[in-house]
Amino acid sequence: MEMVRRLKIRNSLGLHARAAAKIVELADRYESELFLKKDGRQVDGSNILSILTLACPKGTDMEVRIIGEDSEQFMTELDALFQGKFGENK
Amino acid sequence: MNEDAVAGEKSLKGIAVYPGIVIGKAQLVDRSKVKIQYQYLVNTEHLNGEVGRFEEALRVVEKEIASLKNGMAEKVNDLSFILDSHLMILKDNMLRDSTIRAIRDEKINAEWALKKSLEKIRKVFEQIDDEYISNRISDVENVTERILRTLSGKAQQSLSEIDRRVIVVAHDLSPADTTELNLGRVMGFITDVGGRTSHTAIVAQALEIPAIVGLESATDVVADGDLLIVDGSTGVVVVNPDDRAIIYYQEKKLQLEDYRSSIARQSHLPALTPDGQRITVMANIEFLEEVTAVRNYGGEGIGLYRTEFLYLRSKGFPEEEDLFEDYREIAELMAPESVNIRTLDIGGDKFVSELEITKEMNPALGLRAIRFCLKRPEIFKTQLRAILRASVHGHIRLIFPMISGLQELLDAKDILEQVKMDLDRDHIPYNEKMEVGIMVEIPSAVVMAGVLARHVDFFSIGTNDLIQYSLAIDRVNEHVAHMYQPFDPALIRMIGRVVTAGRSEGIRVTLCGEMAGDPLCVPILLGLGLDALSMNARSMPLIKKIVRAMPMSQARDDLKEIMGLYTVHEVQQYLFERIGGMFPELREKGYL
Repeated sequence: MEMVRRLKIRNSLGLHARAAAKIVELADRYESELFLKKDGRQVDGSNILSILTLACPKGTDMEVRIIGEDSEQFMTELDALFQGKFGENK
Repeated sequence: MNEDAVAGEKSLKGIAVYPGIVIGKAQLVDRSKVKIQYQYLVNTEHLNGEVGRFEEALRVVEKEIASLKNGMAEKVNDLSFILDSHLMILKDNMLRDSTIRAIRDEKINAEWALKKSLEKIRKVFEQIDDEYISNRISDVENVTERILRTLSGKAQQSLSEIDRRVIVVAHDLSPADTTELNLGRVMGFITDVGGRTSHTAIVAQALEIPAIVGLESATDVVADGDLLIVDGSTGVVVVNPDDRAIIYYQEKKLQLEDYRSSIARQSHLPALTPDGQRITVMANIEFLEEVTAVRNYGGEGIGLYRTEFLYLRSKGFPEEEDLFEDYREIAELMAPESVNIRTLDIGGDKFVSELEITKEMNPALGLRAIRFCLKRPEIFKTQLRAILRASVHGHIRLIFPMISGLQELLDAKDILEQVKMDLDRDHIPYNEKMEVGIMVEIPSAVVMAGVLARHVDFFSIGTNDLIQYSLAIDRVNEHVAHMYQPFDPALIRMIGRVVTAGRSEGIRVTLCGEMAGDPLCVPILLGLGLDALSMNARSMPLIKKIVRAMPMSQARDDLKEIMGLYTVHEVQQYLFERIGGMFPELREKGYL
């Protein structure tokens, strides 16, 4: 199964190392594959360096694609992570 | 036998920042030091072996990082995050797959292939506009270096040192480096750059580890695994000494330790001059863990609690609750003695990545300390709230750093009032009578001390910065560090001016900074009439000992003489004769 959604970066620091690490951590827990896309460039969401190279500041809208059995649950959690500003208070 | 005779050819001289002698193996902390070999591999069998070797190295490094993480106290959560991200980098396609591909496609050895992957990643990161993200390349370098070290067999070697303890040899140690080091294994520090008050020096003193800075060429001369003698009393490092030198220094080490414990045994006695003048001796600390040393060495409170550490070790800003717990604990541990908490003095050489401060040409003159806090009041308020809340748990005083004039002081006090009102509104208790003071460490504040004194409860003279700003000396620049002098006639007069201003307004004047712990400075500071001296904990026993032997009347006479001397050299010579005459053993043991 494949799910595609657009998610917004809401924390003030943008998609920096700590936030990227949280995405990778989540990706490691799911069977499904995760891809993040910004400005036409798509990267593997289980690779911290690739995520960082997207260089997403606050306000970035990114296309998130999850492919696999547990993609729905994965997407729900990922959405919550983005919504919750990656656990940061700003 | 004298020292020149044993020093031999390979010896270096630098600035001694913590006395004591250690003999041990060198560990270079220069991350670019692993020399790699470039090799083409001809047959496929070798290529498979090479891929296997690379994967094995990844496993070893993974274990290494994981065990680092497990061995860490819970408190350093943020460090644990860094290690987590290193584990992720280790598994990253850009590093792992691309290295394996390069080994196979280009038929090259693992080290070379890994280096190529790093360069590829570096190119990608260099193009990223966001400076914070592009700087993350340093994490990739760190991981790559670990892998290279494992591939070259160096990691094993450096861990199997005598006692598993080493002497760290580095070009310079940043605050971040020192939090990453396994300090339990460090028996000494030597660095190429730095002065008496550089971060390395402060850490070495806090941990009571012999250290020498400003050696200029230590990382060139010393190789990983060399046997070193570090004499933190004279600033001499002997590289690969012969047996004679080792015996000589072992003997010297024993004598020094005997002497130190004889002084320490009297450290609980008050600093009372023979003619009955009492001076308070307090400690400057950076870590909560130092409180034990402060107690053991007879400290009468914490004269300066540097609060940067909690900010440095976390990537974001610490939570109010974490700050509060830290301040409460230290206040309770020291009660009824006072704890003087200096608010955030970040900036300058204590740069923090997450603060996102753009690179400044001249950080010491830039956005730091109170200037930074006034610009980011939400960060400032969090800290003030934590301090105020902790103030009911012991005897806490507040110090604003880097005040350059009245307006800044009024602005800072204004924010403090706002925080108090917030606490009132939330019905959170705090000590309404908490005393507020300022660091006098900028020449303009010295000039205006008479006015500033009307608005504060006490002055704390910060000599480290005051010397830097008055004499225009960058204390970490090895070319001018020798001019960074507490004996400068101008500085002595400036301190005198602040004491006089404090007296006429009836407020206390304390001096903190390395000068307070310098045995040679005791006559000056007693003579000028300071109320308290705050220094590194380990200096307290000796300073107390000197005060107990020095009548106030004599200190005043000395000061009069010194005011008639107009060069650093003359002042230093006078004090050297005076203190050296009173305590010849100090001269012999390298304390002066």
